[in-house]
Amino acid sequence: MAQALINVPKRAGRGDIIEIKTLISHVMETGYRRTAEGTVVPRNIITSFACRYNGTEVFRADLFPAIAANPFISFFAVATASGTFEFEWIGDNGFTQTAQAAITVE
Amino acid sequence: MRALGTITIGLLLISACEVASKLQATEIAPTERRSGFSFMSPETQAMQNDDTANPGMLWVLDGEALWNSKAGAADKACADCHGDARVTMKGTAVRYPSFDPALGRPVNLPQRINLCRARHQQAAPLSSESRDMLALDAYVAMQSRGAAIDPGGDPRLEPFIASGRALFMQRRGQLNLSCATCHDDNWNKHLAGSAITQGQPTGYPLYRLEWQSLGSLQRRLRNCMIGSRAEAYDGDAPEMVELELYLMTRARDMPLETPAVRP
Repeated sequence: MAQALINVPKRAGRGDIIEIKTLISHVMETGYRRTAEGTVVPRNIITSFACRYNGTEVFRADLFPAIAANPFISFFAVATASGTFEFEWIGDNGFTQTAQAAITVE
Repeated sequence: MRALGTITIGLLLISACEVASKLQATEIAPTERRSGFSFMSPETQAMQNDDTANPGMLWVLDGEALWNSKAGAADKACADCHGDARVTMKGTAVRYPSFDPALGRPVNLPQRINLCRARHQQAAPLSSESRDMLALDAYVAMQSRGAAIDPGGDPRLEPFIASGRALFMQRRGQLNLSCATCHDDNWNKHLAGSAITQGQPTGYPLYRLEWQSLGSLQRRLRNCMIGSRAEAYDGDAPEMVELELYLMTRARDMPLETPAVRP
Protein backbone atom coordinates (compact mmCIF):
# COMPACT_ATOMS: atom_id res chain seq x y z
CA MET A 1 0.00 0.00 0.00
CA ALA A 2 2.46 2.59 -1.12
CA GLN A 3 1.13 6.09 -0.77
CA ALA A 4 2.64 9.48 -1.39
CA LEU A 5 1.89 12.88 0.10
CA ILE A 6 2.66 15.96 -2.00
CA ASN A 7 2.62 19.60 -0.96
CA VAL A 8 2.74 22.07 -3.85
CA PRO A 9 1.21 25.53 -3.46
CA LYS A 10 -2.06 25.74 -5.44
CA ARG A 11 -1.32 29.28 -6.64
CA ALA A 12 1.87 31.27 -7.11
CA GLY A 13 2.97 34.48 -8.78
CA ARG A 14 5.11 34.23 -11.92
CA GLY A 15 8.76 33.99 -10.92
CA ASP A 16 8.01 33.07 -7.31
CA ILE A 17 10.25 30.57 -5.60
CA ILE A 18 8.01 27.80 -4.26
CA GLU A 19 8.78 24.98 -1.85
CA ILE A 20 7.71 21.50 -2.84
CA LYS A 21 7.50 18.76 -0.22
CA THR A 22 7.09 15.07 -0.89
CA LEU A 23 6.70 12.13 1.46
CA ILE A 24 6.40 8.51 0.39
CA SER A 25 5.65 5.32 2.26
CA HIS A 26 8.56 2.89 1.87
CA VAL A 27 10.45 0.56 4.23
CA MET A 28 13.93 1.46 2.86
CA GLU A 29 15.37 -1.88 3.97
CA THR A 30 19.17 -1.43 3.82
CA GLY A 31 20.22 -4.94 2.85
CA TYR A 32 22.74 -4.95 5.70
CA ARG A 33 20.45 -6.24 8.44
CA ARG A 34 20.13 -9.88 9.40
CA THR A 35 17.25 -11.83 10.89
CA ALA A 36 17.55 -13.68 14.21
CA GLU A 37 18.51 -16.76 12.16
CA GLY A 38 21.40 -14.90 10.52
CA THR A 39 20.02 -14.63 7.00
CA VAL A 40 20.42 -11.27 5.29
CA VAL A 41 17.23 -9.28 4.78
CA PRO A 42 17.37 -8.41 1.08
CA ARG A 43 17.84 -4.79 0.12
CA ASN A 44 14.59 -3.00 -0.76
CA ILE A 45 15.05 0.74 -1.24
CA ILE A 46 13.92 3.54 -3.50
CA THR A 47 16.84 4.26 -5.82
CA SER A 48 15.73 7.37 -7.62
CA PHE A 49 13.29 10.23 -7.44
CA ALA A 50 12.49 12.74 -10.16
CA CYS A 51 10.20 15.72 -10.54
CA ARG A 52 9.01 17.09 -13.89
CA TYR A 53 7.39 20.49 -14.30
CA ASN A 54 5.23 20.57 -17.45
CA GLY A 55 7.36 17.76 -18.88
CA THR A 56 10.76 19.29 -18.05
CA GLU A 57 12.81 17.65 -15.34
CA VAL A 58 13.51 20.19 -12.59
CA PHE A 59 14.77 17.96 -9.79
CA ARG A 60 16.34 14.52 -9.49
CA ALA A 61 17.79 12.61 -6.55
CA ASP A 62 19.50 9.24 -6.12
CA LEU A 63 18.71 7.43 -2.88
CA PHE A 64 20.98 5.05 -0.97
CA PRO A 65 20.64 2.52 1.87
CA ALA A 66 21.49 5.03 4.62
CA ILE A 67 18.25 6.95 3.99
CA ALA A 68 15.55 6.34 6.61
CA ALA A 69 12.17 4.75 5.96
CA ASN A 70 9.42 6.88 4.41
CA PRO A 71 11.76 9.33 2.62
CA PHE A 72 10.80 13.00 2.87
CA ILE A 73 12.24 15.08 0.04
CA SER A 74 11.78 18.84 -0.12
CA PHE A 75 13.16 21.23 -2.72
CA PHE A 76 12.51 24.57 -4.39
CA ALA A 77 11.41 25.49 -7.89
CA VAL A 78 10.61 28.71 -9.75
CA ALA A 79 6.96 29.03 -10.77
CA THR A 80 7.09 29.89 -14.46
CA ALA A 81 3.77 28.70 -15.92
CA SER A 82 0.52 27.04 -14.88
CA GLY A 83 0.54 23.29 -15.25
CA THR A 84 1.42 20.13 -13.38
CA PHE A 85 4.27 18.76 -11.38
CA GLU A 86 4.80 15.04 -11.93
CA PHE A 87 6.69 12.99 -9.38
CA GLU A 88 8.18 9.55 -9.88
CA TRP A 89 9.88 7.22 -7.43
CA ILE A 90 11.70 4.12 -8.71
CA GLY A 91 13.09 1.39 -6.49
CA ASP A 92 14.17 -2.21 -6.02
CA ASN A 93 11.93 -5.15 -6.98
CA GLY A 94 10.24 -3.15 -9.71
CA PHE A 95 8.87 -0.51 -7.34
CA THR A 96 7.38 2.53 -9.02
CA GLN A 97 5.07 5.19 -7.73
CA THR A 98 3.86 8.33 -9.43
CA ALA A 99 1.95 11.37 -8.25
CA GLN A 100 0.82 14.68 -9.69
CA ALA A 101 0.01 18.13 -8.42
CA ALA A 102 -1.44 21.10 -10.29
CA ILE A 103 -0.34 24.72 -9.93
CA THR A 104 -1.88 27.96 -11.19
CA VAL A 105 0.61 30.71 -11.95
CA GLU A 106 -0.72 34.25 -12.20
CA MET B 1 28.46 -11.19 65.70
CA ARG B 2 29.23 -10.52 62.05
CA ALA B 3 26.00 -12.19 60.96
CA LEU B 4 24.04 -10.08 63.40
CA GLY B 5 25.71 -6.93 62.03
CA THR B 6 24.80 -7.84 58.47
CA ILE B 7 21.19 -8.40 59.44
CA THR B 8 21.05 -5.04 61.21
CA ILE B 9 22.49 -3.24 58.17
CA GLY B 10 20.01 -5.11 56.00
CA LEU B 11 17.09 -4.00 58.17
CA LEU B 12 18.36 -0.43 58.14
CA LEU B 13 18.52 -0.53 54.33
CA ILE B 14 14.99 -1.89 54.09
CA SER B 15 13.61 0.83 56.34
CA ALA B 16 15.56 3.47 54.40
CA CYS B 17 13.97 2.20 51.17
CA GLU B 18 10.51 2.37 52.72
CA VAL B 19 11.04 5.98 53.78
CA ALA B 20 12.34 6.84 50.30
CA SER B 21 9.36 5.24 48.55
CA LYS B 22 6.92 7.18 50.74
CA LEU B 23 8.65 10.45 49.89
CA GLN B 24 8.43 9.82 46.14
CA ALA B 25 5.54 9.32 43.71
CA THR B 26 4.06 12.78 43.80
CA GLU B 27 1.53 13.11 41.03
CA ILE B 28 1.81 15.93 38.49
CA ALA B 29 -0.43 18.93 39.16
CA PRO B 30 -2.97 19.60 36.36
CA THR B 31 -1.40 22.97 35.55
CA GLU B 32 2.05 21.43 35.15
CA ARG B 33 1.06 18.74 32.65
CA ARG B 34 2.95 18.85 29.37
CA SER B 35 2.65 16.79 26.24
CA GLY B 36 5.76 15.05 24.94
CA PHE B 37 5.45 17.51 22.05
CA SER B 38 6.81 20.33 24.21
CA PHE B 39 10.00 18.39 24.94
CA MET B 40 10.89 17.96 21.26
CA SER B 41 13.18 19.99 19.03
CA PRO B 42 11.52 22.70 16.85
CA GLU B 43 12.33 20.60 13.76
CA THR B 44 10.45 17.55 15.04
CA GLN B 45 7.56 19.77 16.17
CA ALA B 46 7.36 21.23 12.66
CA MET B 47 7.28 17.71 11.23
CA GLN B 48 4.29 16.82 13.40
CA ASN B 49 2.44 20.04 12.60
CA ASP B 50 2.71 19.73 8.81
CA ASP B 51 0.37 17.04 7.49
CA THR B 52 2.46 16.63 4.35
CA ALA B 53 5.65 16.11 6.36
CA ASN B 54 4.17 13.96 9.14
CA PRO B 55 4.83 10.32 8.17
CA GLY B 56 1.93 9.24 10.41
CA MET B 57 -0.39 10.61 7.74
CA LEU B 58 0.69 7.76 5.44
CA TRP B 59 -0.96 5.34 7.88
CA VAL B 60 -4.00 7.60 8.12
CA LEU B 61 -4.37 7.40 4.32
CA ASP B 62 -4.13 3.60 4.47
CA GLY B 63 -6.64 3.59 7.30
CA GLU B 64 -9.12 5.60 5.26
CA ALA B 65 -8.89 3.02 2.45
CA LEU B 66 -9.38 0.15 4.93
CA TRP B 67 -12.33 1.92 6.56
CA ASN B 68 -14.13 1.86 3.22
CA SER B 69 -13.11 -1.63 2.07
CA LYS B 70 -15.25 -4.70 2.77
CA ALA B 71 -13.81 -7.42 4.99
CA GLY B 72 -14.75 -10.78 6.49
CA ALA B 73 -17.54 -13.29 5.91
CA ALA B 74 -20.20 -10.61 6.45
CA ASP B 75 -18.70 -8.66 3.54
CA LYS B 76 -19.12 -5.37 5.36
CA ALA B 77 -16.87 -2.35 5.57
CA CYS B 78 -16.51 -0.21 8.70
CA ALA B 79 -18.25 2.51 6.67
CA ASP B 80 -21.33 0.31 6.08
CA CYS B 81 -22.30 0.61 9.76
CA HIS B 82 -20.42 3.70 10.92
CA GLY B 83 -20.72 5.86 7.81
CA ASP B 84 -18.30 8.70 7.34
CA ALA B 85 -15.60 8.39 10.00
CA ARG B 86 -14.91 12.12 9.80
CA VAL B 87 -18.35 12.63 11.35
CA THR B 88 -19.11 9.48 13.34
CA MET B 89 -15.67 8.89 14.85
CA LYS B 90 -15.18 12.48 16.00
CA GLY B 91 -14.46 12.39 19.72
CA THR B 92 -14.38 8.59 19.92
CA ALA B 93 -10.70 7.97 20.62
CA VAL B 94 -10.59 10.40 23.56
CA ARG B 95 -13.07 8.17 25.42
CA TYR B 96 -10.99 4.99 25.18
CA PRO B 97 -10.30 2.57 26.83
CA SER B 98 -14.00 2.10 27.51
CA PHE B 99 -15.97 -0.59 29.30
CA ASP B 100 -17.27 -3.51 27.24
CA PRO B 101 -20.30 -5.03 29.04
CA ALA B 102 -20.03 -8.39 27.24
CA LEU B 103 -16.41 -8.89 28.31
CA GLY B 104 -16.87 -7.20 31.69
CA ARG B 105 -13.63 -5.25 31.33
CA PRO B 106 -12.27 -2.18 29.55
CA VAL B 107 -11.03 -2.47 25.97
CA ASN B 108 -8.76 -0.06 24.11
CA LEU B 109 -9.34 1.21 20.60
CA PRO B 110 -7.41 -1.52 18.74
CA GLN B 111 -9.23 -4.17 20.79
CA ARG B 112 -12.56 -2.48 19.96
CA ILE B 113 -11.64 -2.61 16.26
CA ASN B 114 -10.96 -6.35 16.59
CA LEU B 115 -14.22 -6.89 18.51
CA CYS B 116 -16.05 -5.11 15.70
CA ARG B 117 -14.28 -7.33 13.18
CA ALA B 118 -15.27 -10.47 15.11
CA ARG B 119 -18.86 -9.49 16.00
CA HIS B 120 -20.00 -7.60 12.91
CA GLN B 121 -17.63 -8.34 10.04
CA GLN B 122 -16.87 -11.96 10.96
CA ALA B 123 -13.29 -11.24 10.00
CA ALA B 124 -10.02 -12.52 11.44
CA PRO B 125 -8.51 -10.24 14.12
CA LEU B 126 -5.66 -7.96 13.11
CA SER B 127 -2.50 -8.41 15.15
CA SER B 128 -1.74 -5.44 17.37
CA GLU B 129 1.36 -4.01 15.63
CA SER B 130 0.28 -4.91 12.08
CA ARG B 131 0.22 -2.15 9.52
CA ASP B 132 -3.53 -2.55 8.96
CA MET B 133 -4.36 -2.29 12.66
CA LEU B 134 -2.13 0.76 13.15
CA ALA B 135 -3.65 2.34 10.04
CA LEU B 136 -7.26 1.86 11.19
CA ASP B 137 -6.38 2.93 14.72
CA ALA B 138 -4.63 6.07 13.44
CA TYR B 139 -7.48 6.91 11.06
CA VAL B 140 -10.11 6.61 13.79
CA ALA B 141 -8.03 8.41 16.41
CA MET B 142 -7.13 11.25 14.06
CA GLN B 143 -10.81 12.21 13.84
CA SER B 144 -10.48 13.34 17.47
CA ARG B 145 -7.35 15.40 16.89
CA GLY B 146 -7.55 18.51 19.06
CA ALA B 147 -10.33 17.10 21.23
CA ALA B 148 -9.79 16.96 24.99
CA ILE B 149 -8.98 13.56 26.45
CA ASP B 150 -12.07 12.49 28.40
CA PRO B 151 -11.94 8.93 29.72
CA GLY B 152 -15.44 9.42 31.08
CA GLY B 153 -16.94 8.79 34.45
CA ASP B 154 -18.14 5.20 33.95
CA PRO B 155 -18.20 3.85 37.53
CA ARG B 156 -17.53 0.33 36.22
CA LEU B 157 -14.04 1.55 35.20
CA GLU B 158 -13.05 2.64 38.70
CA PRO B 159 -11.43 -0.62 39.86
CA PHE B 160 -9.48 -0.84 36.60
CA ILE B 161 -8.21 2.73 36.91
CA ALA B 162 -7.13 1.92 40.47
CA SER B 163 -5.20 -1.16 39.38
CA GLY B 164 -3.68 0.81 36.49
CA ARG B 165 -2.49 3.39 38.99
CA ALA B 166 -1.05 0.64 41.18
CA LEU B 167 0.84 -0.76 38.17
CA PHE B 168 2.17 2.73 37.39
CA MET B 169 3.47 3.14 40.94
CA GLN B 170 4.80 -0.39 41.32
CA ARG B 171 8.57 -0.83 41.16
CA ARG B 172 9.64 -3.59 38.80
CA GLY B 173 12.60 -5.12 37.02
CA GLN B 174 16.29 -5.35 37.78
CA LEU B 175 16.63 -1.58 37.95
CA ASN B 176 13.75 -1.46 40.44
CA LEU B 177 12.05 1.47 38.72
CA SER B 178 8.36 2.26 38.60
CA CYS B 179 6.79 4.34 35.82
CA ALA B 180 6.33 7.06 38.45
CA THR B 181 10.04 7.12 39.33
CA CYS B 182 10.78 8.77 36.00
CA HIS B 183 7.51 10.22 34.75
CA ASP B 184 6.10 11.67 38.00
CA ASP B 185 9.23 12.38 40.05
CA ASN B 186 11.96 13.17 37.53
CA TRP B 187 10.35 14.57 34.40
CA ASN B 188 12.07 17.57 32.88
CA LYS B 189 15.46 15.97 33.59
CA HIS B 190 17.53 13.97 31.15
CA LEU B 191 18.47 10.34 30.85
CA ALA B 192 21.67 10.36 28.80
CA GLY B 193 20.81 12.80 26.01
CA SER B 194 17.08 12.19 26.00
CA ALA B 195 14.47 14.27 27.78
CA ILE B 196 12.46 12.46 30.42
CA THR B 197 8.89 13.38 29.61
CA GLN B 198 5.76 13.06 31.68
CA GLY B 199 4.67 10.01 29.72
CA GLN B 200 1.39 11.56 28.60
CA PRO B 201 -0.41 9.32 26.07
CA THR B 202 -1.63 12.20 23.89
CA GLY B 203 -0.53 11.18 20.42
CA TYR B 204 -0.94 7.42 19.94
CA PRO B 205 -0.57 5.68 17.63
CA LEU B 206 2.44 7.85 16.84
CA TYR B 207 5.36 7.92 14.45
CA ARG B 208 8.57 7.42 16.34
CA LEU B 209 11.69 8.39 14.39
CA GLU B 210 13.61 5.68 16.25
CA TRP B 211 11.12 3.04 15.03
CA GLN B 212 10.89 4.53 11.52
CA SER B 213 7.28 3.48 11.82
CA LEU B 214 3.98 4.14 13.50
CA GLY B 215 3.59 2.28 16.79
CA SER B 216 1.03 1.81 19.53
CA LEU B 217 1.09 2.91 23.16
CA GLN B 218 1.55 -0.77 24.07
CA ARG B 219 4.74 -0.88 22.03
CA ARG B 220 6.01 2.21 23.85
CA LEU B 221 5.13 0.74 27.25
CA ARG B 222 6.92 -2.48 26.36
CA ASN B 223 9.98 -0.41 25.37
CA CYS B 224 9.98 1.27 28.76
CA MET B 225 9.58 -2.02 30.64
CA ILE B 226 12.37 -3.69 28.67
CA GLY B 227 14.54 -0.60 29.24
CA SER B 228 14.11 -0.91 33.00
CA ARG B 229 14.94 -4.62 32.66
CA ALA B 230 11.50 -5.74 33.73
CA GLU B 231 9.52 -8.51 32.11
CA ALA B 232 7.19 -6.73 29.67
CA TYR B 233 3.50 -7.59 29.45
CA ASP B 234 2.10 -8.79 26.14
CA GLY B 235 0.59 -6.01 24.06
CA ASP B 236 -2.92 -7.38 24.63
CA ALA B 237 -2.53 -8.17 28.34
CA PRO B 238 -5.24 -6.76 30.66
CA GLU B 239 -2.50 -4.96 32.61
CA MET B 240 -1.67 -2.94 29.47
CA VAL B 241 -5.29 -1.77 29.18
CA GLU B 242 -5.36 -0.84 32.86
CA LEU B 243 -2.14 1.14 32.49
CA GLU B 244 -3.53 2.87 29.39
CA LEU B 245 -6.73 3.67 31.28
CA TYR B 246 -4.78 5.21 34.16
CA LEU B 247 -2.59 7.20 31.73
CA MET B 248 -5.67 8.57 29.96
CA THR B 249 -7.22 9.55 33.31
CA ARG B 250 -3.93 11.20 34.24
CA ALA B 251 -4.00 13.15 30.96
CA ARG B 252 -7.64 14.22 31.26
CA ASP B 253 -8.43 17.41 29.27
CA MET B 254 -5.14 17.39 27.35
CA PRO B 255 -5.70 17.64 23.57
CA LEU B 256 -5.22 14.53 21.44
CA GLU B 257 -2.45 14.88 18.80
CA THR B 258 -2.78 11.65 16.80
CA PRO B 259 -0.80 10.98 14.68
CA ALA B 260 2.01 12.52 16.72
CA VAL B 261 5.73 12.41 15.87
CA ARG B 262 8.29 11.64 18.58
CA PRO B 263 12.09 11.29 18.39
